[in-house]
Amino acid sequence: MISYDIVIIGGGPAGLAAAISARKSGIEKILILERDRELGGILNQCIHNGFGLHTFKEELTGPEYAYRFIEQVEEEQIEYRLNTMVMDISPDRIVTAMSREEGVVQIQAGAIILAMGCRERPRGALNIPGYRPAGIFSAGTAQRLVNIEGYLPGREVVILGSGDIGLIMARRMTLEGAKVKVVAELMPYSGGLKRNIVQCLNDFDIPLKLSHTVVDIEGKEHVTAVTIAQVDEHNKPIPGTEERYPCDTLLLSCGLIPENELSSKAGVKLNPVTSGPVVNEGLETSIPGVFACGNVLHVHDLVDYVSEEAAKAGTSAARFVKQEKTDVSSGHVVELKATDGARYTVPCTVNVDAMEDLLTVRFRVGSVFKNSYVSVYFEDERIQHLKKRILAPGEMEQVILQKKKLQEKPDLNTITIRIEAE
Amino acid sequence: MEKRELTCIGCPMGCQITVELEGQEVLSVTGNTCGIGDRYARNEVVHPERTVTSTVVVDGGDKPRCSVKTAGNIPKDLISACMKEIDSVRVNAPVRIGDVIIENVLDTGVNVVATRNIN
Repeated sequence: MISYDIVIIGGGPAGLAAAISARKSGIEKILILERDRELGGILNQCIHNGFGLHTFKEELTGPEYAYRFIEQVEEEQIEYRLNTMVMDISPDRIVTAMSREEGVVQIQAGAIILAMGCRERPRGALNIPGYRPAGIFSAGTAQRLVNIEGYLPGREVVILGSGDIGLIMARRMTLEGAKVKVVAELMPYSGGLKRNIVQCLNDFDIPLKLSHTVVDIEGKEHVTAVTIAQVDEHNKPIPGTEERYPCDTLLLSCGLIPENELSSKAGVKLNPVTSGPVVNEGLETSIPGVFACGNVLHVHDLVDYVSEEAAKAGTSAARFVKQEKTDVSSGHVVELKATDGARYTVPCTVNVDAMEDLLTVRFRVGSVFKNSYVSVYFEDERIQHLKKRILAPGEMEQVILQKKKLQEKPDLNTITIRIEAE
Repeated sequence: MEKRELTCIGCPMGCQITVELEGQEVLSVTGNTCGIGDRYARNEVVHPERTVTSTVVVDGGDKPRCSVKTAGNIPKDLISACMKEIDSVRVNAPVRIGDVIIENVLDTGVNVVATRNIN
């Protein structure tokens, strides 16, 4: 069996950044496995700008951002295989992959980095009534058709869900000559970034209807109309509020789900809130030597944070391979909890002895909070209290933990992140 | 005095900015967390600008389309005219990131450039 020090599953932004950082940490034999025909992942179809402000201090489009990393992978002569689908990973880190050229291959990995990304919630998972005609696309599929293949999926469009891809596609389809009639969002707030509401909807006078959902799809061969209605506090449509929009296309932008079939089959423990692996401070999963980063771990809104997180997974995996890792069994492990409006944390545990001087903990809130505080508690003692003008589910938040503060509390068991009114 | 509430589009932070202005003169900008927000707010209330991104048809390449962007911001009211210019262009492979696809689009002083490599 062939063997590599680190095998990275997925050649998108997470996989690329993880590979580069593992190489910079001194690992020679690294292999990236990518199922698409090119590296770069979803960034290749995200042709809009706004990527890289944190990482490169300039505003790049998705393909440009991806290329910055692809260039480094090439320069570092990191091996990668395209058109290669990983079928299985085993707890003892044997990766089974398949490609047209090589058939089925098995690779023994010193460490594995999971970087498979996420996928869109499909119609089947949304319980939308009505016919099942042609003309219903996930927003990401429409994005690929328009930006990569050069096809416009329709001319008169209704969008369900206000996730970022849906908002971006509202603008993109409008610029290409389609008429986007309405964006309906089930929740009372948008799932996308505020800047995208401004520059993708407001700029083009596209209405956003919050607390609305699709109650009927018409058309036997192709979509001919979509009816939306307002919903009550239990998300039930309110009779009498229906509005019918003649259209030929319905785009769905109703959430992203980390793609963890491989992980769960291997026995990696998943967090039910994020649908991503439970990880420690080094982004290591419940299986030693298996790490996770990017959208497979939890769905991000900023690729810059994906790159940062993935670089950390890369250095952690390198340390594991070089066996420099602190013995977890002897370390002081603290649990991280999210309550009172905070939904989850990544990571879920921190080993105080193994952590670096600063640890970024990322989390999301469950609803919109105005003029509230993000608080960090060590047991019952409030350690941090940061005022935020606005907190929204669509925007990932973070707090930074200092190693020396944790070392001062040898009896600390639990750190809690809470959202507080004052 | 007029007060305007803006959401900064300079980066995905989306800061809530308050601009106080007297006619065309900006008196104060608050709520931004960096210089980009200050510049955005001062521009947005007087002459709003945007970056336009799209694709152009490629002949003889390994992909049918090449993504492009305006290398800087252009006035917001020129967006649809700029799209027409972009739609009328075909390019020949190979294309490299940064290649100028349209020079000085609509006399804005801004070039439309390629944002991906096509072989």
